[in-house]
Amino acid sequence: MSFSFDLVINSLPLLLTGAAVTVEITALSITLGIIIGLFAGIARISKIRPLRYAAAVYVDFFRGTPLLVQIFIIYFALPLLTGQRIDPFIAAITACGINSGAYVAEIFRAGITSVDKGQMEAGRSLGMTWVDTMRYIIIPQAFRRVIPPLGNEFIALLKDSSLVSVIGFEELTRNGQLIIARTYGAMEIWLSVAVIYLIMTLSISRFVAYLEKRWRVSDKH
Amino acid sequence: MISIKGLKKSFGDLEILKGIDIHVAPKEVVVIIGPSGSGKSTLLRCINYLEEPTEGQIIVDGTEISGEAKINQVRAEVGMVFQRFNLFPHMNVLENIVLAPMKVRKISREDAEKKAQELLERVGLADKWNAYPEQLSGGQQQRVAIARALAMNPKVMLFDEPTSALDPELVGEVLDVMKELARSGMTMVVVTHEMGFAREVGTRLLFVDGGRIIEEGAPKDIFENPKEERTKAFLSKVL
Repeated sequence: MSFSFDLVINSLPLLLTGAAVTVEITALSITLGIIIGLFAGIARISKIRPLRYAAAVYVDFFRGTPLLVQIFIIYFALPLLTGQRIDPFIAAITACGINSGAYVAEIFRAGITSVDKGQMEAGRSLGMTWVDTMRYIIIPQAFRRVIPPLGNEFIALLKDSSLVSVIGFEELTRNGQLIIARTYGAMEIWLSVAVIYLIMTLSISRFVAYLEKRWRVSDKH
Repeated sequence: MISIKGLKKSFGDLEILKGIDIHVAPKEVVVIIGPSGSGKSTLLRCINYLEEPTEGQIIVDGTEISGEAKINQVRAEVGMVFQRFNLFPHMNVLENIVLAPMKVRKISREDAEKKAQELLERVGLADKWNAYPEQLSGGQQQRVAIARALAMNPKVMLFDEPTSALDPELVGEVLDVMKELARSGMTMVVVTHEMGFAREVGTRLLFVDGGRIIEEGAPKDIFENPKEERTKAFLSKVL
């Protein structure tokens, strides 16, 4: 068989457009995931039992079922309930964000519990509320520690976002499929798609390593 | 200033405090000594509700501690210094000191920083305001911790073995700050193994063992004429 570099070159604009969309949904999803995960992670260690249980159910459900199935539920099943179609973009970000939030919750929970309990005592003994102590003392310290696992989650999510191609959302993987449907260049296109994903994930891990180094220094000081 | 009545504290089935009554008058320096595991740290931690008493009543400056709002209100008036300092490692010295006054007392950053500088001067660390805790020695960290507690203008200061985690040569600088504080009229409750400090600075000494106050009185009297066998046994080991 022959490998057509021309096909790769000609497909690049469409693939890169898809890659930009992939980055966009990943960034929005991880942002949503971090917000949800922060609150769910705190809820997981809360003294309020119903809150703790609710968070545990959330985490268990979204970590224990496939993301693909979650995407189907949100995009195909939910509209049956509400009678309204969901925009694929909204569906993609909602599914990925909520799913990621479950993993991020566990990351934050571990990060928060790793902070010495003397820190909470010091804050509380100064008369600060639990919320203020969390906000100004515990979470800033936890955040520095969870940078590496958060980076891993970011990478995992970027790869998993390829799943939203199944609802016809035109990100990198879907655009690859569309080009192949036209050109039959499975070898050229899938390899190109893989390389583009690789470049993106490597960039993220480099960026995380840089952050980790910078924040570790400032934690030491 | 502090009134403790019938204080009991259990962890599960284990009863640590078995009924404690203490009254601390303003400007008193009450020193609590006793063997490890005697409950002396737990007693101190009950005063500002870092440990919730199982039974009993604690009144600080006329306010009985009950409910979250009251707890925060009382804690603002009660400074606490920990064995392990517990400075906030992600903030420099100045930020460590101004945080609570700004968040709890709602005073302006400018006023908080001015007060912080005065306190750093007082504990002899004026030049360290922008250092991070990790860059300081244990003795310096503990002096910052004292300044941090004082920044809230507390009516009482609690010290939980403040020199136990320090290298021997650094103990003196922390005790000096505490002595100065006592002389300035601060009401203090100090759990310590520093018998010299207890004798020199304490206005009253409590010997705690097995979750009870075994003996109390003027430090000099107890050191020279302990009445209880357990006090004698303990003192013979530490003096």
